[in-house]
Amino acid sequence: MRRLLVVPLAATLLLASCGGDSGSSKPRLTVSSASSLKEALTSCAASASDATVRLSFAGSDELAAQIRQGVKPDVFAAANTKLPDALFAEGKVEKPVAFATNELVLAVPADSVEVRGLSDLGDDDIAIAVGSESVPVGAYTREILGRLPPAQEKAIVANIGSNEPDVKGIVGKLTQGAVDAGFVYASDVRATHGAVRAIRLASALRPDVTYAAAVVDGARQPQAARRYVRGLREGPCADALRQAGFGAPPT
Amino acid sequence: MTSRLAFRALLVAALTVAVVFLTLPIVAVFLNTTPARLIDELGTPESRDALLLSLETTSIAMAIIVLVGTPAAYLLGTRRFRGRAVVVTLIELPLVLPPAVAGIALLAAVGPSGILGGLVEDAGIRLVLETAGVVVALVFVASPFYVRQAQTAFAALDPTWMDASRTLGASEARTFARIAIPAATPGLMAGGALALGRALGEFGATLVFAGSFRGITQTVPLAIYDRFATDFDGALALSAVLVLVSAGILLSVKLVGGQEILGGHAAR
Repeated sequence: MRRLLVVPLAATLLLASCGGDSGSSKPRLTVSSASSLKEALTSCAASASDATVRLSFAGSDELAAQIRQGVKPDVFAAANTKLPDALFAEGKVEKPVAFATNELVLAVPADSVEVRGLSDLGDDDIAIAVGSESVPVGAYTREILGRLPPAQEKAIVANIGSNEPDVKGIVGKLTQGAVDAGFVYASDVRATHGAVRAIRLASALRPDVTYAAAVVDGARQPQAARRYVRGLREGPCADALRQAGFGAPPT
Repeated sequence: MTSRLAFRALLVAALTVAVVFLTLPIVAVFLNTTPARLIDELGTPESRDALLLSLETTSIAMAIIVLVGTPAAYLLGTRRFRGRAVVVTLIELPLVLPPAVAGIALLAAVGPSGILGGLVEDAGIRLVLETAGVVVALVFVASPFYVRQAQTAFAALDPTWMDASRTLGASEARTFARIAIPAATPGLMAGGALALGRALGEFGATLVFAGSFRGITQTVPLAIYDRFATDFDGALALSAVLVLVSAGILLSVKLVGGQEILGGHAAR
């Protein structure tokens, strides 16, 4: 019985390693990317013809901190321009390139009736998840809240139940009904395929959400990395970003 | 003769590699933190909130683990019954679960849309985003460490003692309380220390299940992670505090229980 299991397992491993071998003749490109880019960049990773792309996702602020601590991915793709600009100023990355925009929305579980808009967020018994202050989605959220009348801002802040380290944590809490509302990107809502509903915010409240990527200084594959960053603006990855609901980069 | 020497050298080399590898990161935490920075860190309200919350949730979790885990482990360790191996495996399962999986599993079980979520809500209990949720996460990930060790400790007791106690007219409950527990104490303490360490360091299950909010659900490991991105030095200092607390617990258990606890058994 046990032997029967071992054979297909060994075969799978063998196949998997063959797949890895054929890929490793190409340079391997490591991309540290904001969590919110996960679906888009994963779907276009295979289309990069000249490199094997390895993606790692986390909050942009954590990735930036890793780079400051000497971790060297080839590309850093962040959910804002602030972090790559700061790293550029410190000489840790090459000049950042803006490649997409996104929209911050109020998100609620699909079957929610409690929250219809910002005005319901201050009600009793409403629990809200936001990004922690250091992660871009959390900073954008605080920008929005800061534009509200102080009394409303205070009521909403009092209902914040969790400061999540990245946007996926907020979406997860929403899909599980662990919170009644959260602030996430429009593209995150789209990626849940209907489990979460987006409520658009008034344009006067919406922060300007621009994504920027940069080649990390000392990248092992600088040529391929620069091509990858260019490809985020035009090419399969740019298409995948539009498909996922990201806007075109500012020109 | 030379082959025996070579083997000895190999053993020593392996132990040296293990010790260096395991202590280097901990040494690095302290080399990067001055004692003054460490004390400053204890003074910040964020750190104090996180430490107090960690101590509070860990204490409650340990009380639950010991109260329920001890009799459960006694039954498992001293009786043979049908399905026992299955029960033992089920109890040990959380040991091999990645913490984030534990958090997701807890959400699926007792979260608002979990299979027992309605029941929990009807009972007026709120776990998600609440301190009680942290305790649930800690009990879930830490209790197997205790139960497993306690079960082994009870199983190692000489059955003739228990038989003698019963023959002399002591009830089953009295035998458990007066004979089994005192005799198994070193093993119980060792299990408790492991569970305590695991609970203090818990991260993933807490974050996924209970969330992260200062003073409510943000325990020390979550506070460290929260600061890692913006304040690396602060995160290091708080890490040093956690290491000191954990090491203190480990040491005090060793001192209280003598050499026998934590390793003494294996060495003999």
